[in-house]
Amino acid sequence: MSGIYIHIPFCKQACFYCDFHFSTSMAKRVEMVAALQQELKLRKDEFKNELVETIYFGGGTPSVLKSEEINNLIYSVYEHYRVSDNPEITLEANPDDLSKSRINEMSQSKINRLSIGIQSFFEDDLKLMNRAHSAIEAEESLIMATSQFDNISIDLIYGIPGATDAQWLQNIKKALSFNIPHISSYALTVEPNTALAHMVEKGKIANVDDEAAERQFNMLVDELEEKEFVHYEISNFGKEGYFSKNNTAYWQGKKYIGIGPSAHSYDGKERGWNIKNNIKYIKSIQANKLPIEIEILTTADRYNEYIMTGLRTIWGVSIVKITKEFGEKYSDYLIQQSAKSRSQNLLIIENNTIKVTKKGKFLADGLAADLFMV
Amino acid sequence: MKNIRNFCIIAHIDHGKSTLADRLLDFTGSVTDREKQDQLLDSMDLERERGITIKSHAIQMDYEFEGEKYVLNLIDTPGHVDFSYEVSRSIAACEGALLIVDAAQSIQAQTISNLYLALENDLEIIPVLNKVDLPSANPEEVTDDIVELLGCKPEEVIHASGKTGFGVGDILEAVINRIPAPEGNVDEPLQALVFDSVYNPFRGVETYFRVINGEIKKGQKIKFVATDKSYFADEVGTLKLNQIIKQSVKAGDVGYLITGIKDAREVKVGDTITDSANPTKNAIEGFEDVKPMVFAGIYPVDTDEFEELRSSMEKLQLNDASLVFAPESSAALGFGFRCGFLGMLHMEIIQERLEREFNMTVITTVPNVSYHAFTRKDPETPLIVNNPSDLPDPSSIDRVEEPYIKATIITKSDFVGNVMSLCIEKRGQITNQTYLTTERVELSFDMPLAEIVFDFYDRLKTVSKGYASFDYTPIGMRVSKLVRVDILLNSQPVDALSALIHADNAVHIGKKMCEKLKELIPRQQFDIPIQAAIGAKIISRETTKALRKDVTAKCYGGDISRKRKLLEKQKKGKKRMRQVGNVEVPQEAFMAVLKLND
Ligand SMILES: Nc1nc2c(ncn2[C@@H]2O[C@H](COP(=O)(O)OP(=O)(O)OP(=O)(O)O)[C@@H](O)[C@H]2O)c(=O)[nH]1
Ligand code: SF4
Ligand SMILES: [Mg+2]
Repeated sequence: MSGIYIHIPFCKQACFYCDFHFSTSMAKRVEMVAALQQELKLRKDEFKNELVETIYFGGGTPSVLKSEEINNLIYSVYEHYRVSDNPEITLEANPDDLSKSRINEMSQSKINRLSIGIQSFFEDDLKLMNRAHSAIEAEESLIMATSQFDNISIDLIYGIPGATDAQWLQNIKKALSFNIPHISSYALTVEPNTALAHMVEKGKIANVDDEAAERQFNMLVDELEEKEFVHYEISNFGKEGYFSKNNTAYWQGKKYIGIGPSAHSYDGKERGWNIKNNIKYIKSIQANKLPIEIEILTTADRYNEYIMTGLRTIWGVSIVKITKEFGEKYSDYLIQQSAKSRSQNLLIIENNTIKVTKKGKFLADGLAADLFMV
Repeated sequence: MKNIRNFCIIAHIDHGKSTLADRLLDFTGSVTDREKQDQLLDSMDLERERGITIKSHAIQMDYEFEGEKYVLNLIDTPGHVDFSYEVSRSIAACEGALLIVDAAQSIQAQTISNLYLALENDLEIIPVLNKVDLPSANPEEVTDDIVELLGCKPEEVIHASGKTGFGVGDILEAVINRIPAPEGNVDEPLQALVFDSVYNPFRGVETYFRVINGEIKKGQKIKFVATDKSYFADEVGTLKLNQIIKQSVKAGDVGYLITGIKDAREVKVGDTITDSANPTKNAIEGFEDVKPMVFAGIYPVDTDEFEELRSSMEKLQLNDASLVFAPESSAALGFGFRCGFLGMLHMEIIQERLEREFNMTVITTVPNVSYHAFTRKDPETPLIVNNPSDLPDPSSIDRVEEPYIKATIITKSDFVGNVMSLCIEKRGQITNQTYLTTERVELSFDMPLAEIVFDFYDRLKTVSKGYASFDYTPIGMRVSKLVRVDILLNSQPVDALSALIHADNAVHIGKKMCEKLKELIPRQQFDIPIQAAIGAKIISRETTKALRKDVTAKCYGGDISRKRKLLEKQKKGKKRMRQVGNVEVPQEAFMAVLKLND
């Protein structure tokens, strides 16, 4: 199985916390779509016999493109790649783009999954983060989207400075009221070189509070588990049958091709990343040259990545798989290195698999780093 | 002998000694084009990388002047104050010195201290105004400064540039015409001064010497006076870029000696070499056993590597006899060594060499000076305290003495106020203030050496915007009101973090130490109280809060490699941490006291 990720590097306005690659100028939009189609064509031989099972439009904000443009991109994928009979095709969309007519158009296209950037149902939160949509748009978009789509995911952000636990609980309840089958939820983090980092540094916004974030995370876990969501990855909750196939593929080390500026690719041995600049990207593709940089992963790199992504999921890290793919040296090391965290009840071994405990969940990165081979 | 000239190059740090030496080597054709490289004589990797001279380097040049052939022995010296004893021995091996002064920076602290050393040894001084090519050069004023300092004529100051080679011919002419030829008698018993030694892993210790009287011959049985040990001279010769083997090196000349000695400690800089059977009656004056000024614990990060550390230190000592060490143990850090260094730069160099040449990851504890404690029971006999945790119980102490220095600082008049406040804060007492010119002032202070160890250089640089140079000489022990400030992590005292501090500053420094440690100790799974205490009394407290969350939200396609690299870095950092009780303490936290003002 393999996937195609298409990065749409445009947004209406910049959210204060965001460090993704995007531009707020649409001037190059037509050239960009053409370049994305061209890159799809240039890379058509990278998958040998693999079937494409997921197509994912991420960003940026894919919903700023017209339906026709998205459809053309999907068409290009079908033209140059072998696509399975029933692929998961996801589009990330922001509430302010989801008009009734737009949703209708999409429901007629091959798109079968929407990932909607709600973030919060509270006006104050949205303003503080400089989101482009309002609280009302958040609700309305969901009412309309659920009438046409069944496979919907929404994003929610917790740990927002100023937002109380009670507000957060309301956010969760509101989200659940739409009966959607999937929620991705992230703690607000202050990334370097973002507007948010600057404001925190200047004292204009209170820094994020780890303790509040941890409390709110636990509230979320409890609420969603009660409603039969499976907490299948640190920040992802889905009903049975509705886990994101695309993202699960990342965590399981499957192959994918990333199209567009800043998009990453992985073929099982090498990771590549495209240049993070719209103009340079377009120029290079127009010259039929892939603007990609490549890193060959060593065995240790691949082991480290598996630990890092595996610990984040309910599937954990399989010791059998480690022995098989990386050798006994690695599995022995893993067992020995994990002893301390296991004794602290942060990690456990169950059925030959290492997983984080409930207590360890929020510390998964550090726990993974401890198990790294460096 | 009348055609030999022995001279050294002395100057303040970075005034261009080694670069000028390059030009002298070029001009005299002592190096081929293929051998040329910048600061050629700085042969150690560390010297090349940092652009500083750590050891003296000698080289012989042949030069024909007005139809006569001359042999010129040049010794390039280090500028840094930590190595001033070595410089003094190089000076003692010569009849003349090139005193280099940077035409932009003028006279600095080590210009003066090295000049005095040279004058004490009756050297002929040739003043060289260097770096005249610099746009910021100030030749007239700086020449005036030199004339005033030396009492020479302006015409005697040679203008030169180590960069362009300008003035190099004039320098060589002055070396020949102004520096006297060596005197000495080949027929007298051998008397040679050791001014340097270098460890060669294949040939053992190479001793560099200057023959004052007599001659040193291949196969001769020689004796070192200070160590009273005899050896056979397996090989002698002179020092070109490569060594030139000779049957003998005679009075007036400079050369090297190989005896099969494997341990640098057997060859002491400043010692006298003589004939074993027919020894000289006069050892050369000025020999000292170099004493370490600064002490610190060096511990392996990984406790299993103690033996490996020992053997690395032993190997280091083979080529750096000024390093001393003795095993010690710390409740917090386990087994390690208490090491003595010539100064802070020397300490940094040793630590760096351990990491680079021996691949050791070490923790260096807070450096300290050597104190004398006198107990009530026996108030006459000093107890030497090279480690704060060795200080006897306060109730049993009669008094504590600490080493003082005479500090000389040269700065611009604009910064006199700043420099004075800094020195006073550092418990200094001003003893002298001289205006060298209307703009440049020389300040002298008596101050505790310990204060220099604690972030003095960086502060001096800051308060003077870089316009201050510093030099010091020890002036003996003085009684001080010192207390030991202990640090507790998670309520456990960590001996390696203790420091002896003047009673009046203790609370303030204790507080700053806690703050600094809070910044450096990463958050762990529990709250970590950090306390400073004097005896049983807690004087300050901070808490590193428990880590609640480290997991970042998203981890999709694009983030995976970036995130992996981030976590790999984190793990590497953790590997350099030391578990003290149940707290993981990073390497740099042990040096935190040195950076309280960052
Ligand atoms: N412009 C200019 N730069 C010079 C000249 N001589 C030396 N330098 C530069 O000054 C710096 C110090 O030169 P060095 O020759 O290493 O000085 P040093 O006196 O041997 O230094 P230490 O041995 O560390 O005391 C280097 O960056 C040189 O390139 C010169 O005549 N003109
Ligand atoms: S819409 Fe998404 S990609 Fe665009 S700025 Fe906001 S968070 Fe970033
Ligand atoms: Mg030098």
